[in-house]
Amino acid sequence: MTAHNKDEKSSRPDGVGSDPAVAVSDHEHDHDHDGEVGAGGITRRGALTALAGTSGLLLLSCGPELQKRGVVDGYDWSKHRWGYAIDVDKCIGCGSCMRACRSENDVPTGYHRTWVERYRIPEKGRAHVDVAATGDHNFKPVSGEMSRAFFVPKMCNHCSGSVCTKVCPVGASYHTADGVVLVDHDHCIGCGYCVQACPYGCRFIDPRTHMAGKCTWCYHLITRPHKNGKVREPACVMACPVGARIFGDLKDPHGHLTLLLKRRTYRVLRPALGTEPNCYYHGLEREVI
Amino acid sequence: MDYIFPNEVHVTWTVMIVLYPYITGLVAGAFIVSSLYHVFGREELKPVARFSLVSAFVFLLFAPLPLLIHLGQPQRAFNIMVTPHFTSAMSGFGYIYTAYLLLVAVEIWFVLRADFVERAKGKGLVALFCRVLLLFDLENSEARRAADHRVVRILAGIGIPLACLLHGYVGFLFGSLKANPWWSTSLMFVIFIFSAIVSGLAVLVFHYFVISKFRSWKVDHDCVHSLARYMWGFMIVAISLEMLEILDIVYKQTEEAQILVRLINERLMISYVVLQFGVFSLVPLLLLAAVSLIKMRPKIIHALAWIASVMILAQVLLMRWNVVIGGQLLSKSFHGYTSYVPGIWEKEGIVTAIVIFTAPFVVLWIFDKIVPLFPDAVSDDA
Repeated sequence: MTAHNKDEKSSRPDGVGSDPAVAVSDHEHDHDHDGEVGAGGITRRGALTALAGTSGLLLLSCGPELQKRGVVDGYDWSKHRWGYAIDVDKCIGCGSCMRACRSENDVPTGYHRTWVERYRIPEKGRAHVDVAATGDHNFKPVSGEMSRAFFVPKMCNHCSGSVCTKVCPVGASYHTADGVVLVDHDHCIGCGYCVQACPYGCRFIDPRTHMAGKCTWCYHLITRPHKNGKVREPACVMACPVGARIFGDLKDPHGHLTLLLKRRTYRVLRPALGTEPNCYYHGLEREVI
Repeated sequence: MDYIFPNEVHVTWTVMIVLYPYITGLVAGAFIVSSLYHVFGREELKPVARFSLVSAFVFLLFAPLPLLIHLGQPQRAFNIMVTPHFTSAMSGFGYIYTAYLLLVAVEIWFVLRADFVERAKGKGLVALFCRVLLLFDLENSEARRAADHRVVRILAGIGIPLACLLHGYVGFLFGSLKANPWWSTSLMFVIFIFSAIVSGLAVLVFHYFVISKFRSWKVDHDCVHSLARYMWGFMIVAISLEMLEILDIVYKQTEEAQILVRLINERLMISYVVLQFGVFSLVPLLLLAAVSLIKMRPKIIHALAWIASVMILAQVLLMRWNVVIGGQLLSKSFHGYTSYVPGIWEKEGIVTAIVIFTAPFVVLWIFDKIVPLFPDAVSDDA
């Protein structure tokens, strides 16, 4: 408290502001040079300044990372908009897609970037669903009466309104400009929030890297065209023997996928959630989850 | 019949994530008790006012530890604050936590300043530590103490909404996930706040009794009676909200309702229906109702309040378990359930959880060696 302030306070005749407690304090300040000089000649202001300075230096040294996410050489992601279609009627449940994915992307054992579900619909009651567990073997044969049966390939839907990217606390899960949802392994903290948020069960924490893993639509392939200029496709699409999986560029007005989506009826999984998936299913039955 | 998506075999959030909301709940609750004294002038809570504030601080120090242990890349933990992604509820953690930690630390500094001055006058390491803590300002006049008190009142006032935010945020973290019907309810935010307050009150009552017993102190009857009544009141609200949530699910009969009812019946019957509600909610509710409404001898009131506090601590832990683990048992396919049993010795196992939960009590004991947490304690012989 300055001497000027002290004079102001003591000069008030009505006693307002002359709190006895404050008066005691002021009196003591007379002996103690604003009460700031303490043991060892170090002042409180000095101690606080040193503390603030040290903290400032520490903060500066940590600094925000201003690293720009790079684009693969020679590939302009603004010129593409990738999409994926699945023809449920064509899938024979052979599991080639799962094996191709596993081998192309080194998927850890017990985890899946893509899988195929088998639905058996009885005459009465709920659908029986199972999955070719590892992709190394096909579905086990089953017997018994059923009204319908079909296979449904599943994978990350690369949703435009993806919840996984929304909940990522550090922005490590992100949308590429060409419509793919990826995980930046230089930034993922492995919290698992995205795993919880994905309604389709497509994400997992890789036990080897302790970071989020998921389908990338084989981004390393699709962003590197063949020498003849033809676009490479994800491993699962290339491996499918019956053409049940279709990949294409939705920005190409004459592209195979663009034309298919125009001509046939397609549905997405769980549209009510508002996630706007970019995997389109043809022939999707109502029992599919 | 049962089917889960193949990646759901592995439960991602372990017992560490059960512990995290449990500890932050204790923080929020303990802080509310200290604020009842500092802001709302509940004089009968004075004996535990300082203890509750320091407890809140110490629990707060350990709250992020289970999260750090759980993170796949803990060295990147600070990225949540350095490169936050603000659409994520989780990105708020660093800021809310830090703001609250600073506020509680500063409040404690003002509450204990006079005590630190006394300790700083001597010689030795503790005295030096206190001098550094006081920023070498050893003034301890009446006026300064009055000023300290005013600051404490303001900080405690600001701290109440922050405490609610800290714990409500945890509820929001779960409640905002639309993929999981067991979590996705707007009530989650409020349920977490009220269960936090109840658990904070319970841990104070429990710990206060244990310390008093070991040190042969006289338990302050008015204080305990008041804490017990607050526990009862807040617990009525917390349990009502939890029941409302279930009623809402069952009555609406949505697509998810069927699978949630099955989840309760088949997977959570013991931990949720029998233990959380049947035993550890109902019994303490009755005990606390008796303590609050029926005239009894102080010793009986104390015994009932202590038993209720222990049971409430178990109830809230069960509630966290049933929310965090229960929600993950349910497959997002709505066609089946996975299972989870925590390992004993694994990184995110039972022993780690026990160590983390015990650590704040050890730190409180050390803290008490430097500055007494119960300055007004009276010996039982008196």
